[in-house]
Amino acid sequence: MHRTAVKKVVLEGVLDANDALAQANRERFHQAGTYVVNMMSSPGAGKTALLEHTLERMRGKLRLGILEGDVQTTLDADRLARFHVPLVQVNTDPGFGGECHLDANMVRSGLAELPLDEMEVLIIENVGNLVCPAEFKVGEDTRVMVYSITEGEEKPLKYPLMFRSADLVLVNKMDLLEHLDFDLEQFLGNLDAVNPGVGRILTSARTGQGVDEWCTWLERRRAPSS
Amino acid sequence: MHELAIAESVVRIADRHADGRQVTKVYLKVGHLRQIVPSALAFSFELVAQGTSVEGAELALEEVPVTGKCRACGTESRLESFPLQCGTCGGFDLEIVAGEELYVESLEMEEHPTKDQELTG
Repeated sequence: MHRTAVKKVVLEGVLDANDALAQANRERFHQAGTYVVNMMSSPGAGKTALLEHTLERMRGKLRLGILEGDVQTTLDADRLARFHVPLVQVNTDPGFGGECHLDANMVRSGLAELPLDEMEVLIIENVGNLVCPAEFKVGEDTRVMVYSITEGEEKPLKYPLMFRSADLVLVNKMDLLEHLDFDLEQFLGNLDAVNPGVGRILTSARTGQGVDEWCTWLERRRAPSS
Repeated sequence: MHELAIAESVVRIADRHADGRQVTKVYLKVGHLRQIVPSALAFSFELVAQGTSVEGAELALEEVPVTGKCRACGTESRLESFPLQCGTCGGFDLEIVAGEELYVESLEMEEHPTKDQELTG
């Protein structure tokens, strides 16, 4: 028997389901008056270390909360626990063999344990990964990348999606500059090639360089009129 | 790799739209600015489709090149690599009008629901 093929137009975005959840998250954040940062980087670039400085600097000034994303362990959440801010750890391990990124659904699951109404800023520390997190909206207001100078000058050209999606790049581990053959101007040129004029702050979680500037940036982004 | 998460979503969308019919082909539009590796996606797709109405379907990937509209002079240029630069005036302030797509465009499937195929054998 001749089998006829039927064509059906679909026109459905692959990430529509995720984006709808991200939008729902976003509405919840807005209702609670919480400004949300999605912080991304390669593993080991210094997100958690910079957050330790951030929480210290903002103590008594801004009510922060943290949503930690990791494939496994609560190590990062444990490091930040001493700052006594609202904090939840999401492990992506129960996902597809350990999802390499946070998606909107995972973030939503973490929100149940966060008192959003008491938080002015939520920082989502994403899974260390230069590729996948950039593809998945989670409902954030802004995306901040942490880049460590030990990664070399060429990463922006190799991972354009991540660098293009950032609103700010924290160029970290500046204390190591004298020990490396890192060409800062070349790196910044590559960064501008994929995301012209994107904000950048030179930082060091070891010395505290740039932390004040980063905190000021965050305060201004959250409340531009003040 | 996130191609697996993408493939899972594609299969779910196709399965839902097929509504019980066997899918033979899925047309997917992928913009060049998305970080999708075609071979990894095809591999993941085949894996994830098993046991669904999408099993055995061909994944037809249409890659969409990047087009940018220059905010300075208004020209649309095809963009092949970074830095994204206007082909006419050389400006860097471009609005991306194509190249960020990631959607299931259409499906081909058999006309009748799967259980009919068992009867006609």
